[in-house]
Formats: sequence, structure tokens, C-alpha cells
Amino acid sequence: MTRVGRAGEPNRLKIAVEDRAPASLVHLEGDVDLNVSPVLRKQLKDLVASRAAMIVVDMSDVPYIDSSGVATLVECLQGVSRYGGKLHLASLRQQTRSVFEISRLDSVFSIFPTVEEALKA
Amino acid sequence: MSDKSPESIIELRGVTKRFDGRTVINAVTLPILRGETMVIMGSSGCGKSTTLRMMIGDYHPDEGEVRIFGKSWATMSETEANDVRLRFGILFQSGALLNSMTVGENIALPMREHTDLDEQVIRIMVKMKLELVGLRDFEHLMPAQLSGGMKKRVGLARAIALDPEILFYDEPTAGLDPIATAVTDELIRDLSKKLGVTSVVVTHDMGSAFRIADRMAVLYRGDLIALGAPDTIRNSGDARVKQFIEGLADGPIPLRQSSKDYAADLLGQV
Repeated sequence: MTRVGRAGEPNRLKIAVEDRAPASLVHLEGDVDLNVSPVLRKQLKDLVASRAAMIVVDMSDVPYIDSSGVATLVECLQGVSRYGGKLHLASLRQQTRSVFEISRLDSVFSIFPTVEEALKA
Repeated sequence: MSDKSPESIIELRGVTKRFDGRTVINAVTLPILRGETMVIMGSSGCGKSTTLRMMIGDYHPDEGEVRIFGKSWATMSETEANDVRLRFGILFQSGALLNSMTVGENIALPMREHTDLDEQVIRIMVKMKLELVGLRDFEHLMPAQLSGGMKKRVGLARAIALDPEILFYDEPTAGLDPIATAVTDELIRDLSKKLGVTSVVVTHDMGSAFRIADRMAVLYRGDLIALGAPDTIRNSGDARVKQFIEGLADGPIPLRQSSKDYAADLLGQV
């Protein structure tokens, strides 16, 4: 079934994974909501399955994330933690950051102001 | 009107609703602004629940139109209506929890019914929703093991399951003791602010209404008799509004609601 995104239009999330060894840099573009969380989940699960040492998610082009998107990132964090890997979130917009704060997850995730800082940490 | 308009997210335009020839809502025009908490008040039978049910598309007006997210309920296709329904949440008076399911299963229900999300993601979301209403430790309890106030909070966690843009509350504090009422009021305010949702609250609880409202609408016998910020309503010169907010038995709002003559009614002459 096709569901409608927040703005009343079908939502498409663009996901690009870049190898920045030893990290995998995941760039997201678009809203992360109920419609597209399963797509993001699949991408992240593949990285977890390959035991990526570090996953950095660049959120600079994510205007909105809902709780399904946040939960998907939590699941990824659970996955990488199991084998001692890292999940870093970078460049969150204020609106997106507040979603993490509301859910009191800003202290659970490692959040960095820029991608470069997230890659170095 | 644009869907993203900063103005009205819901709008009643000249809405009249009749049941069996009796006018329950009379030519009401009421815009609800995006992000605000609107409290609709009035005594029992004033038409406030009918108003709420028209906003959520359960009832259709006899005259006028009801718009939500810039679309009229009257002209929406079934698919559009279903999409709109996924964008609001409702906290029912009773909490409306399924007694055969745990708290967590109740909250997961809309996620399981309306999304393709994986079970593992749903479990995490349930914990997040429970954290928001302060009941994370209660996930595995049955509704029967909860107090009335806690049931309301679980109902609220379920209402926000799909991250709605609008939350409707039907008498959220009915039947609650003063402390549970204060907790519920605080939660409504807190969630509205944090989640940035638009809230529409139907209540006859004056204390609650003034604590949570950005704006208030007062209905009296189907007429919208006052609309404005809490201070405006508090200082209203309208004797009916005054009587209602001060809870006085004596005033222009009569104890007896029947317009028929008593004797004539008893003697079958009407």
C-alpha cells in the first residue's frame, strides 16, 4: 500500500552509502517517516550484517524524522553495539535534533555537529 | 488552501448539524490553527462532542463544510479519507484500550495495522511512546491492572503511535481524581509543545480547560457564543459564558432544557 507522507505527498528518501574506510558514511536526503523507514532499515541492516566498524549517518538533508525513523536508528545502534561497532549521527538540523531530545535519546546516541567530526571520533 | 498553510489545519465553515430535526450545531464557523491547543467547552448536550465527531469525519454536516489539512471531508475519496485518518490521533473518554491485550500490545496495534514496520522497530517505538507518557515500566501489564489516570496515559501513548499532526481529546479528565487530572493536563501541554502537534480538546472541566488552552471556544445549545484566548473568555461580558465558567446554577442557562410547557406536555396537548 502507498502511504502518504507528512506533507500529503508520497515520500521518497534518497540513501547514498560512501566508503570512508574504516567508516561507512550514509547520506540521507528527505523525510524519514513511516513510508521509508523500512527502506532505511534494510540499508542499515546490510551494513550491520557486514559488521561495519563505524556507521556515520549524515542527517544534514533530513528535514523531518518520525519515531519510526528514530526507532530504526536505535535498532541499528543495538546491532553495532553487539559486535563493538559504532553508530554516529552527524549534522542534525534543529527540528530533527529535538525529536531525539523529546524521546530522551540524545544521550543514547553519539551525535556530532559535522560529518568530519563524526568520522574522526 | 495549501496543506501547509500556517493558518487553519481544521476549519468548520458555517456548519449546521441536525438530528431528527433538532439542531445540535447551528451555523458554527471555527478555524483551528496549526500548532495551537483549542479547547471546546460547554455543558452537556451543547454539541461539543458532535463538533469533534464532525472534525474527524464521523458525522457530516447538514449545512456548511468541515475541512481538515486543507481538504473537505465531503469531497474526499475513500483513499484520501484513510490517509487523513492516519494523520490524527484520538484519545477517547474511556481510553478505549483492549482489555485482552497488554499495554504494549495496545500501543503497537495501530503500528501493526497501518504500517509495514518490522516487529523489532515496533517494539522500540512502543518503548519510546511509553517513555513520553512516563509509563515505560508498565509495558507488560494488562489494562485492568492500571488506574483510570494510567489508562488515559496509555490511551495517549496509543493516540501518538503514528506521530499524528493533530490530537483529539474527548473529555480527557472525565472521571479522574484531581491529581490524575493535573497529571493529564500537564501531559497534554507537554506533548503539544514537544511534539508540535495541534490539539483539540473537548471538555466541560473548567480547571483543565484554562490550564491547557491557547484558545477556547464556548458552545451553548449549538451556538458558538465565545471564541478567544483564556483571558478573553475569563473576562467575557456574556452572562451565559460567565455562568458556565463560574459554575453557577442560577443565570441565563436554564436548569430545565425543555421548551414545551410542562402541563401541556403531561396532558398530551403538544
